[in-house]
Amino acid sequence: MDRAKLSFFRISRSKLSGDFIFEAVIGFFALGIIILAFLLFRELFIGSALSRDIFGVGFLTSSTWDPVAEVFGALPFIFGTLVSSFLALIIAVPFSLGIAIFLSELAPEKLRTPLSFIIELLAAIPSVIIGLWGIFILAPFIRDYLAPPLSTYLGFLPLFQGPMYGLSMLTGGVILAIMIIPITSSVSREVIMTVPTHQREAALALGATGWETTRIAVLPYARSGIFGAVILGFGRAIGETMAVTMVIGNSPRISESFFSPSYTMASVIANEFVEATSKIYISSLIEIGFLLLVISFIINIAARILVWKLLKVEGGGAT
Amino acid sequence: MQNKITVENLNAWFGAKHVLHNIDIGIQKNGITAIIGPSGCGKSTFIRCINRMHEVVPKAKASGKVMVDGTDIYDSDIDPVDIRRRIGMVFQKPNPFPTMSIHDNVVAGLKLSGVKDKKKLDHIAEESLKKAALWDEVKNDLNKSGASLSGGQQQRLCIARALAVEPDVILFDEPCSALDPISTSKIEDLMMELKEKYTLVIVTHNMQQAARVSDYTAFFLYGKLVEFGETNQIFKKPKEKSTEDYIIGRFG
Repeated sequence: MDRAKLSFFRISRSKLSGDFIFEAVIGFFALGIIILAFLLFRELFIGSALSRDIFGVGFLTSSTWDPVAEVFGALPFIFGTLVSSFLALIIAVPFSLGIAIFLSELAPEKLRTPLSFIIELLAAIPSVIIGLWGIFILAPFIRDYLAPPLSTYLGFLPLFQGPMYGLSMLTGGVILAIMIIPITSSVSREVIMTVPTHQREAALALGATGWETTRIAVLPYARSGIFGAVILGFGRAIGETMAVTMVIGNSPRISESFFSPSYTMASVIANEFVEATSKIYISSLIEIGFLLLVISFIINIAARILVWKLLKVEGGGAT
Repeated sequence: MQNKITVENLNAWFGAKHVLHNIDIGIQKNGITAIIGPSGCGKSTFIRCINRMHEVVPKAKASGKVMVDGTDIYDSDIDPVDIRRRIGMVFQKPNPFPTMSIHDNVVAGLKLSGVKDKKKLDHIAEESLKKAALWDEVKNDLNKSGASLSGGQQQRLCIARALAVEPDVILFDEPCSALDPISTSKIEDLMMELKEKYTLVIVTHNMQQAARVSDYTAFFLYGKLVEFGETNQIFKKPKEKSTEDYIIGRFG
């Protein structure tokens, strides 16, 4: 009896030490990521100190970007990033919602998995490839076929005025839209799939058609999660660098026309870091990086919270 | 005696699984018919065949005739959407639309059929909530979310929602199984009132409930209709051995 007890404890003790090592190792890895993120944040903050000292809050509101005179302001880049990302959202949201509704509600059972797989595969295309395609195919296409009708029919809006050379805010927005459709549609689809059957049946039993069921039962139930998916796409658009750098024209101007070239925060860092010779130039680029990081953090956290909130409510409510 | 619904040779499947076998049954107008039987015997499937809700489940199908007022609802030129507007359904789990107010929940079906007149909607909402014995409890909170109510209130809200489209028949799929005894007795009282105007069919696991509320009882076992008759007769003098065994609790 005693012997049995003893061996029992012995086994459990050796297991314990194994557990301890295991926990320590994975704990180190997990913590490493957090520390890394923190250090990154700190480094950007310190690196941008010079720029913050010299330009202060004016850095956010000045639209001068003059490396020769060493006067820097981030407004054109903040403007370019936010506007191109918004434009991308406006284009991507209807497509993503359509894809998500189709895949979760309408598509035949056999097509659902392969189609979702293909759409998610879009996200795996290296962005430089999308950028190349953007330069050689999309930009000329938009210049020749999309811009002329836009300026003819919507030319009374300042948004669609002026000459169009292909590389522009509009091209950047379309490229970004293509790049965020996979994430936005696949998260929306997942969210829509969590809408319980009893909600769909409630609508069907009232005599709702398929589309009416989607409209009165499915979409309202999933709305906060879909909103989260959209914000997640927005976060992705804001941080996207390569493809957008290749097609947006890289000109630090604030123009009200989508046909003009623009510049984003990510693009200016990628383009100019190697040429930045003076300390204040580097520091200004780092400050832009810092701003970009803060904006992306806030947006991604907000999006995750919205999606989690919905999934949690669902997990608890299901029977 | 007049049959509201006559079912002839009804069979139903989930994929290859044959869940209802050759059901023939006549459901009387303005009465309550209870469907009893152990889990998995096809009770729910049976009532879901009466308003063509069975077929919304992937791979589910049904064959046979279900005549409602002499019309076969499985006829090829019948739109299931129209059938579901005439035959309401209340589910096991209260399922109000959580993002809609109480008022909007009640009139959701009416809005689908194109009623836009606000006065009319308000009037029908009030009438339906009164019929569902919920009006006094919610009349000051009509703009609150349907999800803010208690489980029993939510279920009565779902009944009000079904009543608002003025169906002839209302199907109840274990409407009280998620409710406490007080809410349950409220729903039972309500059913007794509703049978004056509507034809009700209730699936229940609760034998006492079937005995209390129903006029007719059908006993299902393994996808077959074993016995059907007046509730008194079924509970006091069942003809079939298996009915008796189930009623006195020998299985199920």
